[in-house]
Amino acid sequence: MNNVVSDSMNTGTASNQADTKFPFPAPSGYPLPQAGEGKEGADLNQKRPSRHDAAGSLYKKPWHMLFYKEVLRFRRVSFQTVAAPVMMALLYLLIFSHVLESRVSVFGGRVSYTAFLVPGLIMMSVLQNAFANTSSSLIQSKMAGNMIFFLLAPITPWGFFLAYVLAGVLRGVLVGIGVWLAALFFAPQLWHPVAPGWIIAFGFLGGAVLAMLGMIAGLWSEKFDQLATFQNFIIMPMTFLSGVFYSVHSLPDFWFKVSHLNPFFYMIDGFRYGFFGESDVSPWLNLALVGTACALLTWGTWALLARGWKLRI
Amino acid sequence: MTCAVEFQAVSRRFGDLQALDDISFQIAPGEFFGLLGPNGAGKTTLISILGGLVRPDSGRAFVMGHDVATDYLNSRRNLGVVPQEVVFDPFLTVRETLRFQAGYFGLRSADDWIDEVLHHLSLSDKADKNMRTLSGGMKRRVLVAQALVHKPPVIVLDEPSAGVDVELRHALWAFISRLNKEGHTILLTTHYLEEAETLCDRIAMLKSGRVAALDHKQKLLSSVDAKMVRLTAARVPDSWLARVRRTEGQSFLIELQRFEEMEMLLAALRAENIAIKDLRVEKSDLEQVFLQMTGSHFEPNAEEARGEAAA
Repeated sequence: MNNVVSDSMNTGTASNQADTKFPFPAPSGYPLPQAGEGKEGADLNQKRPSRHDAAGSLYKKPWHMLFYKEVLRFRRVSFQTVAAPVMMALLYLLIFSHVLESRVSVFGGRVSYTAFLVPGLIMMSVLQNAFANTSSSLIQSKMAGNMIFFLLAPITPWGFFLAYVLAGVLRGVLVGIGVWLAALFFAPQLWHPVAPGWIIAFGFLGGAVLAMLGMIAGLWSEKFDQLATFQNFIIMPMTFLSGVFYSVHSLPDFWFKVSHLNPFFYMIDGFRYGFFGESDVSPWLNLALVGTACALLTWGTWALLARGWKLRI
Repeated sequence: MTCAVEFQAVSRRFGDLQALDDISFQIAPGEFFGLLGPNGAGKTTLISILGGLVRPDSGRAFVMGHDVATDYLNSRRNLGVVPQEVVFDPFLTVRETLRFQAGYFGLRSADDWIDEVLHHLSLSDKADKNMRTLSGGMKRRVLVAQALVHKPPVIVLDEPSAGVDVELRHALWAFISRLNKEGHTILLTTHYLEEAETLCDRIAMLKSGRVAALDHKQKLLSSVDAKMVRLTAARVPDSWLARVRRTEGQSFLIELQRFEEMEMLLAALRAENIAIKDLRVEKSDLEQVFLQMTGSHFEPNAEEARGEAAA
C-alpha cells in the first residue's frame, strides 16, 4: 500500500520531477491542512498583498465571500436589478400622482398625495427587490447546479443565511435610495424626513423579512415557474394592497379590516411614519409586529438551512 | 494513523431503493482508491456523503478523522470534490470562479496558487474568459481546479472520464496520478474498468449499494479462479468440449477451473495427437473479477443513470 503521508508533500517531492508542467507542490512547499487543523482564513501566500479587484481583502470568513458573490451577481446586471425597479417606481409615481393628486386627501390634508405616495413606493421597491434577489439567486444556482460549490464549502447555516439575506437587503435598500433620490424632484420636502431612525429600522427589517421569504421561496421552488407563481400571486398583490397608494382610512370598513391582516401594511405604515411623523397605526405597534415577524422568520429560515432543507438530501 | 477516508456502516435509502447498504471501509492517506461499479450501484451517493450533500440514514463517515456530520467544517476543508456533472457559474470568469471557491474556504489571497493551478491544467490563457465561453473539456478542467484551490489532502473525483475525449482523459489521468504521487489521497469513482485498472491501488466494487469486493488490484485480479486459455488448433479434445467458452475459427477460448488443469489439457491434446498452433493464457481483468464476485456482468455501456446523483 502506498503509505505516503500527506506530510511528504512538504518535503520537496518535486525535486526529482523533471516535468515542468506538473510541479504540483508549490515551490514554497505549501502546507497541506492536517487532521485537526481548523483555522479559518489561512493565508496561502502572505507575502503578496491582496488585490483590490474581484476578491480583495474584503472577507475573512467563508460566508463573506458568499455575500460578496451575491452582491456581484446583482451588480453585474445592475440595469436590470437596480435601475429598472427605480424606473418602475417613478412611472407609478408619475401616473398616480398626476391622476390622483387633486382627488385624494390623506392625513386630513396635512400631506400632499404625491408626498404620501413616495415612501410607500420606496418601501414597496425595497420589499420586492429584497425578495427578488434571494429567490432568483437561489433558483438560478439550483437550475445551473452550481450550488454544489458552496454546499461543499465549510460554510455554516448562519453563514448562508447572512450572506443571502444581507445581499438581498442591500439590493432592496439601494433600489429604495434610488427611488427616494429620484422622487425628490416631485416632492422635495422628503429630503428632510421627520424621524429618519424609523425609516432605517423599517427599511432594514422589511427588507430582511422579504429577503428571508425570498430564501424560503427560492429553496422551495423546483423551477422558475413555481417561483414566479409565488412572486406574482402572493408577494405582488400583498405589496400592492398594503396601503402604498392610499391611506387605509379611506377604505370601506371591510377592506380596512382586511388591510390590517396584511403584514406588509405595517412595514409600509411604519416606514411612512419616519417621513411624516404620521401613520395609520402606532409606529410602535408596527415595529413590534414587524420585529416579531423578522425574529420568527430568522429562526425559521435558519432552521430550514440547518436541516439542509431542499439542499442536502 | 488517521484514515484519509472512513465509512462506518453507512446506509441510505431513497424510497424503495436501498442506495447504500451497510458500507464500511477505510482509505489510508496517500492511497489511490477506486470505487467501481455499474451505474446505479451507489458510487455517487457514497461520495456525496463525504461532502455532506447526502446524509446517511445510519452510520458515520470521516474525512481525515473529522466526522462529516458533526465536524463538517473541518471535514470539508480537507476534501476536494470534482463533481460528475459539468456545472459552473455563468456570471464569472475562470479566475473569479477560482477566487470565489478559495474564498468559500476562507482563503484570502490565493492568487499565486490559483495561477499555479491554472498553469498545471493548461488554463492560463483562459483565466479571464467567461465560463460560458469555454468548451466542455475546459469547463471540466476548471472543476478540477476548483476542487484543488483549497489544497485538500483528500480529492474525490466522480466519474472524471465521463463524456471526456481520449486526449483529455489521458491528460487528466496523468494529472491525477501526479497529485497522488505528491501525497494527495485520491478516491475515484468510475464505471470504466480500464480506468480503475490503470490508476488505482485498491479497488472497492459496489453492487446495488453493497461492497461486493475490496482489495488491492493485483489480489483482485489474481483472485479470479477461472483462467481463460486461448488455444489455436485444428480441434479441441472431446473431453474438453464442454469447457469451450467461445470459438472463432480454429481459435478456442477454454476455461480452466484451476491453473493445474493446464497439464491435463496438454495431456489430452497429446493423447489425441492434436498439434498446438498457439496457446496463450488470457490475462484476467476486472470484468472477470466483477463477474465472479457478483455473478452478473458489468454492463459498461449502460446509459447514464442520473437518479442517484446528488443535485
